[in-house]
Amino acid sequence: MLIYIAKRLLIALPTLLIVSMLVFGLQHLLPGDPVLAMAGEERDPETLARIRASLNLDQPIPIQYLRWLGGVVQGDFGTSLRTGEPVSALIAQKLPVTIQLAVMAMIFAALIGIPTGIIAAVNKGSAVDWAANLVALSGLSIPNFWLGIMLILLVSVNLGWLPASGYESPFVDPWRSLQTMIMPAFVLGTGLAATLMRHTRSAMLGVMSADYIRTARAKGLTRREVILKHGFRNALLPVITLTALLFGELLAGAVLTEQIFTIPGFGKLIVDAVFNRDYAVVQGVVLCTAVGFLLMNLIADVLSVLLNPRMRAAL
Amino acid sequence: MTRFLLTATALSALLTAMPAAAQEMRIGLQDDADILDPDQSRTFVGRIVYAGLCDKLVDLDGEANIIPMLATDWAYSDDGLELAMNLRDGVVFHDGTAFDAEAVVANITRSMTLEESRRKSELSSVASIAATGPMQVTFTLTAPDASLVAQLSDRAGMMISPTAAEEAGADFGQNPVCSGPFRFVERIQQDRIVLEKFEDYYDADRINIDRVTYLPIPDTTVRLANLRSGELDMIERLAAPDVASVSQDSGLTMQETVGLGYMAIYLNIGNGERSETPMGQDPRVRQAFSMAIDREALNQVVFEGTAVAGNQPFPPTSPWFNTDLPVPARDVEGARTLLAEAGIDRMPVEIQHANNPVVTQMMQVVQAMVAEAGFDVTLRATEFATLLSEQTAGNFQLSRSDWSGRPDPDGNLHQFVTCEGGINDPRYCNPEVDRLLNEARASTDPAVRKAAYDAAGVILNQDLPVIYLGHQTYIFALDDSVQGFQALPDGMIRLQDVTIAE
Repeated sequence: MLIYIAKRLLIALPTLLIVSMLVFGLQHLLPGDPVLAMAGEERDPETLARIRASLNLDQPIPIQYLRWLGGVVQGDFGTSLRTGEPVSALIAQKLPVTIQLAVMAMIFAALIGIPTGIIAAVNKGSAVDWAANLVALSGLSIPNFWLGIMLILLVSVNLGWLPASGYESPFVDPWRSLQTMIMPAFVLGTGLAATLMRHTRSAMLGVMSADYIRTARAKGLTRREVILKHGFRNALLPVITLTALLFGELLAGAVLTEQIFTIPGFGKLIVDAVFNRDYAVVQGVVLCTAVGFLLMNLIADVLSVLLNPRMRAAL
Repeated sequence: MTRFLLTATALSALLTAMPAAAQEMRIGLQDDADILDPDQSRTFVGRIVYAGLCDKLVDLDGEANIIPMLATDWAYSDDGLELAMNLRDGVVFHDGTAFDAEAVVANITRSMTLEESRRKSELSSVASIAATGPMQVTFTLTAPDASLVAQLSDRAGMMISPTAAEEAGADFGQNPVCSGPFRFVERIQQDRIVLEKFEDYYDADRINIDRVTYLPIPDTTVRLANLRSGELDMIERLAAPDVASVSQDSGLTMQETVGLGYMAIYLNIGNGERSETPMGQDPRVRQAFSMAIDREALNQVVFEGTAVAGNQPFPPTSPWFNTDLPVPARDVEGARTLLAEAGIDRMPVEIQHANNPVVTQMMQVVQAMVAEAGFDVTLRATEFATLLSEQTAGNFQLSRSDWSGRPDPDGNLHQFVTCEGGINDPRYCNPEVDRLLNEARASTDPAVRKAAYDAAGVILNQDLPVIYLGHQTYIFALDDSVQGFQALPDGMIRLQDVTIAE
């Protein structure tokens, strides 16, 4: 198993290297000049040249890339062009916020998606199944930004139950942290809940028509025992791996949700950095996100190996 | 009776002994500030935060007049080559460093020499500065510059602690130390900036707020929702479509003021190949384009009447506005005639503009208006950083852009239209305009300056390197518990005399 993980990590390294090159190269193709954005009203040629030189932006792109990569290997991601803060510090500050949001969204998604999926599968073809599918379809079709704004207007402005936006660390004020995170996590979770529901439903349907379920029924087990012990347990495997993969997608989905609810996380960091042409921040954040995706993929694979004896045997 | 008296005395003693509840204020900003170093920063919202954090040598009043702040009075020498300023006594920085002439010298020198400084062009007329007394400084200028005092009413005149600046160098913005009414507590990028009352502030009696938190919330709907739900006490730059609903809300109040800046379209006249069109080369075509625009309708349709229609770099409310060139009514026939004189029936025009809803709507209205005169406008919406670099590089025919404005008329004009102007993206060059604007800059006599600006305005109104469309209003929405706030034309939030009712 350890050898398997080590192998996978080794394969990840060249992937990361390619990602870093792509990020570096592509953002230089973006129109808009970071130096111009930095110079502000003082846009005379000498000032622009001076800033360009101080940031090494006058060097050829491959040299800039190697310098940057050299720093990254030593844990130095450079400093933000906009605020002068070290990029590594910014990442360390924002990443936990987004992870908190993603974990809470995942909990929402699992709490809604998995039970609905089971109920829909067990009652296949019935009105319940139909209703669950309708809900799932709405969950997938309603855009996060619309749902977010509607919830803010309803829950915060009209009812006054929850703050409309903002963020508080759970270590400073856990209650307030929960209050500020519930709405965004719910919004982010709805789309995923729908995906989870549909996958749980089809996995359950597959399992429920298997021979061993018929055997279990023939043995006279209760409906509840058949569904949960024999059915759900076996249907869980693809759902768990899917959940790990979806977690990566959640990080991407967080971009929009963080914008609406003004949560100072990873998504908001990268959107602002792109708009300000804050190259160092964009590079650092994209590289970190790539690492996150690779890790979640690895975890998904390891989980399926651990949970599926047949795959373990194949290793 | 005695018991009653005793109880009453005891109660009143208890009440007076009880400290007033700490007043906290939460302000929603449209964007996040950039680096919190007055020498390095460049954002509008950054300046809003500085209004609480850093005092300046001089300030502005409600009519954009320059008034004393850390400098109590000032005078130019007869030849205009020296500016002497007397400084306020008894001021200290947040770290306890005393404010004196040496501190001012250190500050101005830093603004002029720090490699990362963005204030160099604002102080370009300063040759040197010296302490000519413990509480007096004298600026020596390379040429007379009437706009210098106005420059000192903004970031170039903000005083930071020389001790802290020396220690932190270019990293000063991570932990700024100034002498304003509030001291820096913490900042979390994209989340909040927290300041607390500075007890040793020289004018502390006017500060009733104990703690102020600035929260960047870019979405206008969400910003207003936060105000309505009580999460915020105040928001800046309320969107025009929300004005009606806010004014009907009994729990909210509004404050608005015409800004110092303008909304305009820059026309490429000499910046590379794309200037080589009839629009770039023939003033009659530009005049036709300008005549076909109904500025008052733009104001009504796009800004719900909250903006001010304009045709000059100063709003009609400004003393610098040239009343001989009133905001013109729309004249489609006149525009057609001018185009015909230029030998054109219909012509294609491309306008680049920022891709936000307000500007896009504004340009669509302009597109429809000028179409009737013979212009087939293509709109190119770009994101702002791109727009800026395209404009500088000359890759535009017409470019729609705003200027936040400066208190001195020089700041709205000189850099944009003089031959060597730092932000002259149209590359317009007319020696007569240069002469007039340099003359206006050099004189400290308002009458001489006004005459020069008026004369330059007439030429610019014919040549039209810039078509002015109007002037935005800064609109603030406040919870009705907030009292004493006054909106000033620079759009900053000053917290002097502001209180929050319990």
